[in-house]
Amino acid sequence: MATDDTTLGDTTLGNPALADATTAESDAALEPVGAAKPPRATRGPGSLASKLAWYVVLSALSLLVLFPIYMLLLRALSNPLRYINAGQPLYPVSIQWDVFSRAFTEAEMGRALTLSFVVTLIIVIAQLLTSVLAAYAFAFLEFPFKRLMFVVVVGTLLLPIEVTLIANIETIRELRLLNSVEGLTLPFLATAIGIFLIRQGFLGIPSELRDASTLDGYGHLRFLFRVAVPMTRPIIGSFVVISFLGAWNQYVWPRFATDRNAWQTVQVALRNIGNENPDQLNLGFAAAVIAALPLLVLLIFFQRQIVRGLTAGAVKG
Amino acid sequence: MSSAPAATEPAADPAGTTLAVPPAARAERLRRRLREGGLAYLFLLPSLVVFAVFFYYPLYRLVWFATHQQSRFRNRPATYVGTEQLTETLSGNDFFDGLVHSGLFMVYTVPLGIVLGVLLAVAAHRRLRGIKIFQTIFSSTVASSVAVASVVFTTLVNPEMGYFRDVSWLSLRSGDSALFAVSLSSVWQNLGLTFIVVLAALQTVPDELTEAATIDGYGPVRRFFRITVPLISPALLFLAIVLVVHALQAYAQIEILTGGGPGGATETLLFKIADPRGVRSLGERASLSLGLFVLTAVVAGFQYSMLSKRVHYGD
Repeated sequence: MATDDTTLGDTTLGNPALADATTAESDAALEPVGAAKPPRATRGPGSLASKLAWYVVLSALSLLVLFPIYMLLLRALSNPLRYINAGQPLYPVSIQWDVFSRAFTEAEMGRALTLSFVVTLIIVIAQLLTSVLAAYAFAFLEFPFKRLMFVVVVGTLLLPIEVTLIANIETIRELRLLNSVEGLTLPFLATAIGIFLIRQGFLGIPSELRDASTLDGYGHLRFLFRVAVPMTRPIIGSFVVISFLGAWNQYVWPRFATDRNAWQTVQVALRNIGNENPDQLNLGFAAAVIAALPLLVLLIFFQRQIVRGLTAGAVKG
Repeated sequence: MSSAPAATEPAADPAGTTLAVPPAARAERLRRRLREGGLAYLFLLPSLVVFAVFFYYPLYRLVWFATHQQSRFRNRPATYVGTEQLTETLSGNDFFDGLVHSGLFMVYTVPLGIVLGVLLAVAAHRRLRGIKIFQTIFSSTVASSVAVASVVFTTLVNPEMGYFRDVSWLSLRSGDSALFAVSLSSVWQNLGLTFIVVLAALQTVPDELTEAATIDGYGPVRRFFRITVPLISPALLFLAIVLVVHALQAYAQIEILTGGGPGGATETLLFKIADPRGVRSLGERASLSLGLFVLTAVVAGFQYSMLSKRVHYGD
């Protein structure tokens, strides 16, 4: 396979290195440029011995990465008390395959998963809408105080939820929104990162296309949804994926915006691992497996978007 | 300069220049600009509302909380105390300890995270049958949240049931090793991210450069440090900043693995701010939050100034 090494969804990414990060207009860094690249020559096949050596190294590193996951699966599947009595070995003891279904019924994972999906979905859709609209204003419209508004957006990067946590919790408490879907989502309905990413995408649209649409009598809304959004689909796709990752993995906010078990998201429910009965421990470990599964699926099917989304951060200010 | 002659001969404007716009066209243009401005603010409104209510207003509230002493009873009004509470908290041991623990967390996670990420990426950046399987394995921890990674590491370092419960330098029972053991869960969780970013950077290093270096007699080690590292240095810097930010935001791994213990040895700044056991007053926590805000701003400023330079050119 010649293309074996242009990997991770055969996109060679724009090197953050080569992107001029000072100007937000460095769209090139977000565009895949590897399509027409010839296969590499240097790291060619080499001798059989060196090949074998690399397989050994790669396998050893894989073991290092996978060992913690193996231990998690081992503890989830083993009967907890018998496993401890057996001296906590490296192999499973009295495997119980029903642990995952029991996590749904006994550890309330079904309820937590539903809540997490609802919250994540609301956040992703809202962030997409608010970011696309704001990005359009910054990319294609002239308006008074444009620079000031951009500074307002940039400034939010200095105020992550960790800094504003206790003040926002007070606000949510005063609005009587503790333990509610509104309380879990409101602070995340807009994000500067989405605005930056999508604005960069919009700025990459050739101005001839803009002019042509105007000649065709396209108003702003039609141009936005018929031309601009479809043309920036790759960037929007990456943003959706990293937005999903962020929303699904949230811990600090849902931890303090709720104080009832019935309102725990999947991630927050994982903290119960510390105060479970010893004979219920496997349920907690199974819950962690379940919490990671949606993202594992995402990783397998949207590898390219994840890579682009994660590395795109390298050029954002 | 141009206005002076224009003022002397306003009527004698030749037909070719369009300096004087007919009033109707000017009104039309103004109308269009107004409409465009209105549309722009309509588009910005949803984001601006969220930013105002949940980003800027809380900053004002933090300052208010920090300058007021809360009554123990929520219904009693708070009293204004000026900057007394703020300065007292930020010069106190609690803030200092939080700073040290957050700093140590960075020291434990950032260099090790980057070195391991580079190691995995260099190993997986080659043409071999089945290399994609290894690449997927190395990126797999991207699917793990901080909370999941913490539960995963419970199976390794928990004092009763962890596989490494008898390894003293990973013990959560000792104040000397607990923070390091906790930080390893973050190193592991970040591996997927660091691997993906470094691999993406390696894939953009032109083969011609490494080939030329080989012809010049560079061995693999010298080639790596003289050619590859400078070329991927912006990606490494990006990772360093991301990992520093992650360290400042560390919370779940501490709550799940140690609960801040033993004896407060793993209480990072954010853990003290979030204060899950409620031992600090709102004013103290607001003061600590403002301390974290300054740290975040410093990191962001550093990030901006470093990203402004093209690191790999070195000039």
